[in-house]
Amino acid sequence: MQTHFPNKALPYILLSPSVIVVLIFFVIPSVDSLYLSFFRVNMLGTKQIFVGMQNFTRLFKDTAYLNSVVVSVKFAIFVVFGGLSASLGIAVVANQRYRGFGVYRTLLIWPYALSPAIAALIWGLMMDPSFGVVSHIIQSLTGIRFSYLTNGFHALLFLSVAATWKMLGYNIIFFLAGLQSMQPELLEAASIDGANSWQRFWRIVFPLLSPTTFFLFIMNTLYAFFQVFGMVHITTEGGPGRATDLLVFKLYRDGFIGMNTGFASAQSIVLLIMVATLTIVQFRYAGSRVVYR
Amino acid sequence: MSVQTSTSPTASRWLRLQKTVLAPVVAHAIMLLTVAVILFPVIYAFMLSTQTPAEYYQFPPRLLPGDAFWDNITFVWNRINMGRLLWNTVFIATTVAFGKIFLSIIGAFAFVYFDFRFKTFFFLMILITHMLPLPVRIVPTFELIDQFNWINTYNAMTIPFFASATGILLFRQLYQTIPPSLADAARIDGAGPLQFLWAIVLPISRTNIAALFLIEFIYMWNQYLWPLLIANADRTRVVQIGLKQLVDTDAAVNWHYVSAGMLLSAIPPLIVLVILQRSLLEGMSLYEEK
Repeated sequence: MQTHFPNKALPYILLSPSVIVVLIFFVIPSVDSLYLSFFRVNMLGTKQIFVGMQNFTRLFKDTAYLNSVVVSVKFAIFVVFGGLSASLGIAVVANQRYRGFGVYRTLLIWPYALSPAIAALIWGLMMDPSFGVVSHIIQSLTGIRFSYLTNGFHALLFLSVAATWKMLGYNIIFFLAGLQSMQPELLEAASIDGANSWQRFWRIVFPLLSPTTFFLFIMNTLYAFFQVFGMVHITTEGGPGRATDLLVFKLYRDGFIGMNTGFASAQSIVLLIMVATLTIVQFRYAGSRVVYR
Repeated sequence: MSVQTSTSPTASRWLRLQKTVLAPVVAHAIMLLTVAVILFPVIYAFMLSTQTPAEYYQFPPRLLPGDAFWDNITFVWNRINMGRLLWNTVFIATTVAFGKIFLSIIGAFAFVYFDFRFKTFFFLMILITHMLPLPVRIVPTFELIDQFNWINTYNAMTIPFFASATGILLFRQLYQTIPPSLADAARIDGAGPLQFLWAIVLPISRTNIAALFLIEFIYMWNQYLWPLLIANADRTRVVQIGLKQLVDTDAAVNWHYVSAGMLLSAIPPLIVLVILQRSLLEGMSLYEEK
């Protein structure tokens, strides 16, 4: 417990800039989102008409929206589970403090500085149908002509790989940090008891690592749903067809291209429910200890 | 593994060999491979920025630099007014990073060193920003900026980003670990809270300031949706949206130009990362040997 200074007004003055920004740009617009989600704009775009839950019922009957949900969930599963298992595997094998490991960490964190849009462009050229190295490799191994511009499955796969790749270094670094905070005695004790390394991993290392895994699970999920707009917009623009029409991109199309604000706000509220659930779960189980985003 | 439980001399020598030679070699090999796989796409993109279409369309792929680098860079620089884009983005990212750091420090200081009414309420209110990423409030926020007449201004690209739950939590956590005797001593010496903040708390915050600057600079640099909506004019456009202009052509994408553009747009955040990453990794307690 810290000593408290006796000033009465000062703490309010110090907090006011943050509170004002939060109120004006976060709290009020969010409440407004909820309000707007019960309205519809008339044909001329001049009047708001109260429609109750109609935007929401329409949302869950809209095949384009349901398609976006499915696409986003597939994408998130790939990014979260694929990314976390790959990085956990790499971190476990590399988890020794040998000389020179600092260099790897330095290099691994670099892709973190790249924007999602750039990550997508880089993989776009790696997987370019006519000259990309990865398309060449895929074709020579499987005979499949990889083309993310014309094939919906290929397009979603392409974006998933790009998104996973961008987070890989970040995930590995956190897993390494988690592993290195473990007491080696525990592992040694287990190996004296005769546990082989596979058992040792699942019975001791994995449970001890669960706070890190849990934190990364939340971060990667939020990333897969909320930070991927640039990836889609700069490459596939939701296509081909609607194969990569992720939820945030659909929201943008409906709200700012289609100018359908009520319908877009209903989508915002669905996203809000999702992110609120994730955040509450996170604070409930991991506490409010801050970790870098 | 039976080798591990057996106690014969050959087995124990094998175990020692495994520990001292084999394990480090395997670990290094895996890390090298990982780093190579993770960095290869970046290197490949860089290679393309030095080539002409004739060079990168040939088969098998040519993995050597060409000599069109300066041509590509010059073309891109002029085509999308890269100098202006980079300046805009540097200005915005730096302003937001400093704004967030300043507001977070004074906010965290208020939470830790004062007792006041509605403290928990204000704390929860700031925490709640974690639950409200842009997509959940995008339509009203856009309309608000429009009402303020802030479309295509730096104001719209900076001020809404100034509040930071991450920053306040980060500094609050640090300040709670400062020995209370320091503040006691300051009070006995007759120093006011702001003097104490300036002379004692700020120097202690140095590593966290560096780490937060890095995170927030990169976070702002990589913004896409918000600048697309409210700053898509020559005066305020940021580099990510400039790249989109480069991608949008009537014919096939000019990958050599796009690569050159990506390279230019990735340099500033990379410089910030290289300078400050030690603070970040320290913050994540990865420099435990210290």
